[in-house]
Amino acid sequence: MVNGILDYLWLVPALPLLGVVLNGAVALFAERPFLLKEAGLPLPGGHGAHGHDTVSASHGASSHGDSGSHPEAPGYRKLVAFIAPAVVGAAFVVALLCVLSLASRPADGRTFVQILFPWIQAGSLLVPAALQLDPLSSVMALVVTGVGFLIHVYSVGYMSHERAFARYFVCLNLFMFAMLTLVLANNYLLMFVGWEGVGLCSYLLIGFWYEKQSASDAGKKAFVANRIGDFGVLLAMFLVFWTFGSLSYTEVFTKVPLLRESGVLTTGLATAITLLLFLGATGKSAQIPLYVWLPDAMEGPTPVSALIHAATMVTAGVYMVARSSALFLLAPDTMMVVAVIGAVTAIFSATIGICQTDIKRVLAYSTVSQLGYMFLACGVGAFTAAIFHLMTHAFFKALLFLGSGSVIHALSGEQDMRKMGGLRKYVPVTFVTMFAATLAIAGIPGLSGFFSKDEILWQAFSSSHGSPVLWVVAALAAGITAFYMFRLVFLTFFGESRMDPEVEKHAHESPWTMTLPLSILAVLSVAGGWIGIPAVLGGNNPFEHWLAPVFHPVAAAGAHGAEAAAHHPAALEIGLMALSVAIALCGIGLAYFLYRVRTGKPAEIAKKWPTLYDVVYHKYYVDEFYEWAVIRRIVNVSTGLWQMFDALFIDGIVNGAAGLVRAAGDRVRRLQGGVVGGYAFSLLAGAVLLVGYILYRSVVQ
Amino acid sequence: METVLFILFGAIAVCGAIMVVTRKHPMASALYLILTLFAVAALFVLRQAHFLAAVQVIVYAGAVVVLFVFVIMLINVPEDRLPVERATTTRVLGVLAAGFFILESAVLARRFSMPIGPAAEVGTVETVGRALFTDYLLAFEITSVLLLAAVIGAIALAKRKI
Amino acid sequence: MIAPSAYLLLSAILFGIGVVGVVTRKNVLIILMSVELMLNGVNVAFVAAGSYLGDPAGGVFAFMVMTVAAAEAAVGLALLIALYRLKETIDITELKVLKW
Repeated sequence: MVNGILDYLWLVPALPLLGVVLNGAVALFAERPFLLKEAGLPLPGGHGAHGHDTVSASHGASSHGDSGSHPEAPGYRKLVAFIAPAVVGAAFVVALLCVLSLASRPADGRTFVQILFPWIQAGSLLVPAALQLDPLSSVMALVVTGVGFLIHVYSVGYMSHERAFARYFVCLNLFMFAMLTLVLANNYLLMFVGWEGVGLCSYLLIGFWYEKQSASDAGKKAFVANRIGDFGVLLAMFLVFWTFGSLSYTEVFTKVPLLRESGVLTTGLATAITLLLFLGATGKSAQIPLYVWLPDAMEGPTPVSALIHAATMVTAGVYMVARSSALFLLAPDTMMVVAVIGAVTAIFSATIGICQTDIKRVLAYSTVSQLGYMFLACGVGAFTAAIFHLMTHAFFKALLFLGSGSVIHALSGEQDMRKMGGLRKYVPVTFVTMFAATLAIAGIPGLSGFFSKDEILWQAFSSSHGSPVLWVVAALAAGITAFYMFRLVFLTFFGESRMDPEVEKHAHESPWTMTLPLSILAVLSVAGGWIGIPAVLGGNNPFEHWLAPVFHPVAAAGAHGAEAAAHHPAALEIGLMALSVAIALCGIGLAYFLYRVRTGKPAEIAKKWPTLYDVVYHKYYVDEFYEWAVIRRIVNVSTGLWQMFDALFIDGIVNGAAGLVRAAGDRVRRLQGGVVGGYAFSLLAGAVLLVGYILYRSVVQ
Repeated sequence: METVLFILFGAIAVCGAIMVVTRKHPMASALYLILTLFAVAALFVLRQAHFLAAVQVIVYAGAVVVLFVFVIMLINVPEDRLPVERATTTRVLGVLAAGFFILESAVLARRFSMPIGPAAEVGTVETVGRALFTDYLLAFEITSVLLLAAVIGAIALAKRKI
Repeated sequence: MIAPSAYLLLSAILFGIGVVGVVTRKNVLIILMSVELMLNGVNVAFVAAGSYLGDPAGGVFAFMVMTVAAAEAAVGLALLIALYRLKETIDITELKVLKW
């Protein structure tokens, strides 16, 4: 079969890589000397005025979008500002064309594998560097490149005051490359390369303003938490290779039913593999217990939060679980664990969100909560619903983050919602778009979030792996979500202005580079869910049909979801839908009451239950608990090992060896007294011994 | 007869050697050295090495030891400033080792023996001359260079100012 | 007839006494004289071996040894004079700069 445009699939990850190279060259050869000169430091190679050896990058880095303008904007910024979004845009176009080409094939032939080069050939381990485009990876690729492109355009405007402009886009493009490698890989190992790559870029970008202690600490925290999860993924990969003899998706998943039959792939083994994979997912996608890095990650620039911590990187865990759905369905225990953790995380972080005062933190906890929904869906076997929610969430969460960035930009860096209010007359476009996203996330009927969230709720209730308890928890979480999102909107855009007068004077709408992506994302937030309208509401759910070849052949192997759901009457589904909408509306109403009508009430409630408020406000003291229970212990063990083993034993051996040599040398040097007679004696003694030995040999013989 | 002469001159040589090594004043040692050299020359004659015996007396006893005497007189260390010899561990061990060496050599000598016979005329003028100017010509020439080097070296070292 | 091993034994004795002199004595002059003794002992062995084996090389070697000994004595004494001028001593235990 002629592949046509699909032969250029490799361009999709390669174009952002090209951006890395080009922008990197600019960053290294144009930006760095410029910044060094600005800071008065010598360039490497000694052109500087001072004779210092130390070389550091931009010195007084500005924090989030300060309103001071640059004296001169060097030409390279325009170059970078064009290249970075352009490569991502081009990747999107190529991805779109590839997907369209894929769609033109019959439904059971929609798996395209492109082998780039034979990467690892080590005995029985054969891992090619290969890309796979099938319905699942096509959805991911389009979301990543599409939303990524909009965020790149937005970043051009948002980071226009930033000194380290080129470095930012190098990291951002590198992230796109890693993420696309992750989603387009055709085997676990290449996916893991992308997995680690996005972890690295997350570290680089969270700690982008590294001179700030809290930012670099947050970067470290993210990387370490991710690393714990990565360990799980590695172990899972070892088990997969050991069981299946291969790491590539097609080979592993086709072998699953065979090995199931033959008894090699026991439930225990499948449980082990999938639990380890899920551990990795909790790290990357910020679930309990490894979610703690995501709120701290808000130290990074806002577009980074939008791209990495809302739309793409955090969804990598969901993608991996969905991709391994064949394995998960063989391990019902793991499914239950996934569903429970997803649901608990959803409601847990939602409760934290209601007390946060930093606009980005609210959105961060909201992201954790929504990711919980996606894992809940995976846990009950509704992988299609999970991916659907992943997509719609990408739209409205990215929009929310970008909108908050616009607000922060308008307020010259203010992020505390207590110092906002009445902003809708200052930033109307931002307001309208963010309001649309808030409606979507709250699950208002007709918008994208409604369809995806309701699909998850319905599957949680009706699937053979689900239960009504999960539905209740999820629905409550939905209500709380609606509450805190509208709380955010009311505090920020409505009411009396609580802004600092100086800040209020400079409040202005953002440039077109920022508002255009907002508008596009708003349209997607509203309309993006229409491709997944379920049958019960009259749609024919083209999204589910598109993803069916990936998930449904697998479904046949285990009794699940689709057949079970058919046994429930449509009325039940509609009834539950209405109930969840009602809960959401209650949440909105409560928010309206507390933040528009009786605006003093929240403070009263806080005073009435001070302990409860304190615990929730401080995020249930989880970070402090980890610090005490885990980190302190590990540090103590390390210190002990260092003192006992390293300093005493190892240094003892090394220094001891040196000391021994020195002592020996000290003794041996006394042989050379300087008196010739002594030397002559040595000669004589040697000669005597030699002759004696010769004699002895001849006599004995 | 030969045996008697051998034992006589051998004893003189050995006693002379021991005296050389044990005297305090170097002048005494030099004189005993002459005695030893003469005894060795006599031993050479016993083995029909007339030429070598003559060279021994002329060169060794007549030049080298005279040189020693000159240097002793030149340096002229007064009696009280001569080095005091003490019996240190190294020295005792050295004597013992030398004793061992002699013993071993004796054993070796008994084992790796040579045919007993009349003395071949090895050290006569004719034999040495013939061998020196035919088979060992190169060695002869190099030796002359060596002597030249020694002369120059000795002068260079002993001069007050170069 | 004298056993050749007698000559070799004598040679060894002379050599050994010379070695004792080199190892034991502190006076440089006496050390140099002991070296001459050692060389003499070797000469005895050469001549004896040459005469018993009928090989002229024995004689020639002995001749060479004498030559070398003379040269070496000359240079050694010159060194001694130079050293005496510098250090005012002929005690070799005082001349131990080249140690460890």
